[in-house]
This record gives sequence, C-alpha cells and structure tokens, in this order.
Amino acid sequence: MKNTPPETTPFFARDREWHPPAFTPGYKTSILRSPQRALISLEGTKSEITGPVFGHNILGEFDNDLIVNYAKPGEMALGERILVYGRVLDERGVGIPGALVEFWQANAGGRYRHKKETYLAPLDPNFGGFGRTITDENGGYVFKTIKPGPYPWPNGVNDWRPAHIHFSVFGHGFAQRLITQMYFEGDPMIWICPIVKTIPDENAIKGLIAALDMQNTIPHDMRAYKFDIILRGRRSTFFENRKEGN
Amino acid sequence: MVQPLTYFKESASQTAGPYVHIGCTPNFSGITGVYDKDLGSGSMVNDQTRGERITIRGFIYDGVGTALKDAMIEIWQADADGYYNSPSETRGKADPNFFGWARQPGDMNTGEFAFETIKPGKVPFRDGRPMAPHVNLWVVARGINLGLNTRMYFSDEEEANAVDPILSRIEHRVRVPTLIGKREGDTVTFNIHLQGENETIFFDI
Repeated sequence: MKNTPPETTPFFARDREWHPPAFTPGYKTSILRSPQRALISLEGTKSEITGPVFGHNILGEFDNDLIVNYAKPGEMALGERILVYGRVLDERGVGIPGALVEFWQANAGGRYRHKKETYLAPLDPNFGGFGRTITDENGGYVFKTIKPGPYPWPNGVNDWRPAHIHFSVFGHGFAQRLITQMYFEGDPMIWICPIVKTIPDENAIKGLIAALDMQNTIPHDMRAYKFDIILRGRRSTFFENRKEGN
Repeated sequence: MVQPLTYFKESASQTAGPYVHIGCTPNFSGITGVYDKDLGSGSMVNDQTRGERITIRGFIYDGVGTALKDAMIEIWQADADGYYNSPSETRGKADPNFFGWARQPGDMNTGEFAFETIKPGKVPFRDGRPMAPHVNLWVVARGINLGLNTRMYFSDEEEANAVDPILSRIEHRVRVPTLIGKREGDTVTFNIHLQGENETIFFDI
C-alpha cells in the first residue's frame, strides 16, 4: 500500500440523471419498490465521508478464482474460461487501493446456485458462482471465472438477461458504495434487456460493457475482459465552511 | 478555449438482483465451504467494545406493505464516542473493538433484519454542531436500481434530535418520524417503507 495520507474530503455530487431512476416500469419489480418522494440532499458529513476498509486477511487463497473455489479437488467449473481484470478508479481517474470488490454470476448455462432459482438449466457441481478480491496499490484487480450464460427471467413473457457478472464495490467512503453489473462486448442481448434499459444514457450503458482484450489473454488457457469500475470522486480542494475550528 | 476538465463518470448502478446473497452472504444462502463466514455477519460487539448494547430490528416494506424477503441492508455507524473506524476519520481513534460496519440479509421467511450493535455517540456536522446519534443505512434489493441511503435516529434522544442539523431542517415535519428508531429496552425498531403514505426519508448523500 502506498504510504499516502487518507483523503478526508467530501465526494462529488452523484449525477442522478446518469444512474437509473428508481421508478422504471419496464422492470416490473421496481414499480412497488421505488420511493416516490424527492430525496433529501445531504452534503457529506463524517458519516458519509468515512467508510469501512477491509484487510487482505479476509481473503482466502482462491477467492478470486471461481473456476476452482467451489470445485472438487482436481476438478474445474465448466464453460468458457475467462480472466476479468481492470481498475477501480474514482471520477478523477485516481486508482483506489484497498477496495473490496465482490462478484457473483450464473454458471455457463445461465443457472444460479440459489434456492429460489427455477430455470431448468442444470447446476454445475463444480461452480459456486461468487468470489472477491481487494484492489492493489494502483486500484487494479483480477479474477478468473467462466463466462456466464444468458437466461430467461420472469418480467415480460420472453425477457432474457444478457450474460453478466454482478459487482459490489466498496471505496473508502460509505457514500461511494456501489452495486452494478458487467456485460460483455458484442452481446446483442444487452440492448433488449429491461434491466439494462433502466439506465437512461447510452454512454452510461457502454460504461458497463467489458472489452475483449486479446493482449491480456493467457495463451491456450483463457481470454481476457477488461472492466474498469468508476466510483465517485472526492474534492481535491476543501475548506470547511465552519465558523470555528474543532 | 479553456483547459479541459477531464473527469470520468461514476459507473451506472444496476439492481443487486434476486441473488445478491450468493455474492455477499453465500453462507446465508446455503453455499458453504468457500468463505469461513459471511462478511459483516454476526454481532458487531465483543466483550471489550465500549458502549450501550442494542439490537436494531426491522422490516423493509414495499408500496403495498409486503415485507421484502430478498433485500440486503448494510449499516455504518460511529463508536460510542462518536468516532468512525475509518482511515478518513481525522478527529481521533475509534474503539479498536468496534468495526462500525455490518450487513444482514432479511430473514428468508419473514424478511426481518437484525443488527447487534452499540448505540453510537454524537458526530459533528460540517459546521461543528453535534448531530444526534444516528446509524447510516444502505438498502439494496431486486427492484431497487440504485442503493437507497437513509439514517436511523433514536427515540430516546428527543433533545438531541430537536437540534440535529439534518432533522431540524426537514420541511415536511410529518415525515421526520420515518427516521426515528423506536427504542424499547435494548431493542430499537426501525421499519423502512420504500413507498406509500409512510415512505421513509431517503437521502441523496
């Protein structure tokens, strides 16, 4: 870890025209789960500027290898082997070191290992479907997995999710907390997905599509997808508007 | 011409979906043997933790009053003296026996969530005035496109709540009780209403 003092400034305002609104009737579940009243704006106090930071001691040896972390000894998950890598940055382009990144996904056939999952595609006995890692000093992260399959879901009668990986990301402040999804370059299912279409801005959607990166493949083993995650930036300059110091 | 301002845009949020527990609380969802324990699970308190022990309990209700059974709630709070256990905390050192962050899924059958924690101390507002003791909450679930931020204050802090810089400036006073956890003994009940007449106040933080 770099020996730089932690930043203590407030975060940039969140651009809520860029994120999906709460009420998106094309995604039916949002209808009854969307607040309808205006959010109350709250400029960053210590409660929002601070946040938990996790140490590498929480990680197990194979937490960032979904091909083996649930597999029986000597076996591996089925599917297209891929490496997903990128950086966790803030809106200033500054890498965020020590950021906990968690991910979960369906198996190669589009099936989740979950009690409430009803899709007829089979479970893979060697695939759990989740992992985690912590970014390095430059904000970099990497994990191995198999490419998840698309799957149908009960929304419209014929709605399908594009292949995707869910990401949960911690920055250094509670106000940076973010959950999003990564999609795959070239997938025609992205543009017809009701959940993707909750995002109003086409460029915001493009920002969630990982690029196939043939420079970073592992030859004869796995292809690479690059996915950078941008968290809220924080002010580089700051003066408290207080009457007296404390 | 002026110098260009080169900023990235925050990655757009997407719903946590129905399977958030696979990724964040796998043991809870029945997938054992990969993580020793779910991150942020269990009591937030040990024998050495300073402060008054409390349990925060509640449900999250949708617009027709049905409790969500697939949500995940995270809390972040100061220690008993009002310090956060964070590198960005500059005022002093927080209780090393209190991490201040936890997360819980709602119960699979009822949706009820519970946190065993301590009552936080007061944290100053930006201008130095004390904020009343509060717990910061973040709620995600299927159907929630961007995580919802709210705060829970305490019903046994009437005086502090009355001068809290956030609570005192809320125009619609009738909504303020949606931010107050009801304390009875060691239990503080805090129900979150996503929509409807009692819609909880959510913050753009």
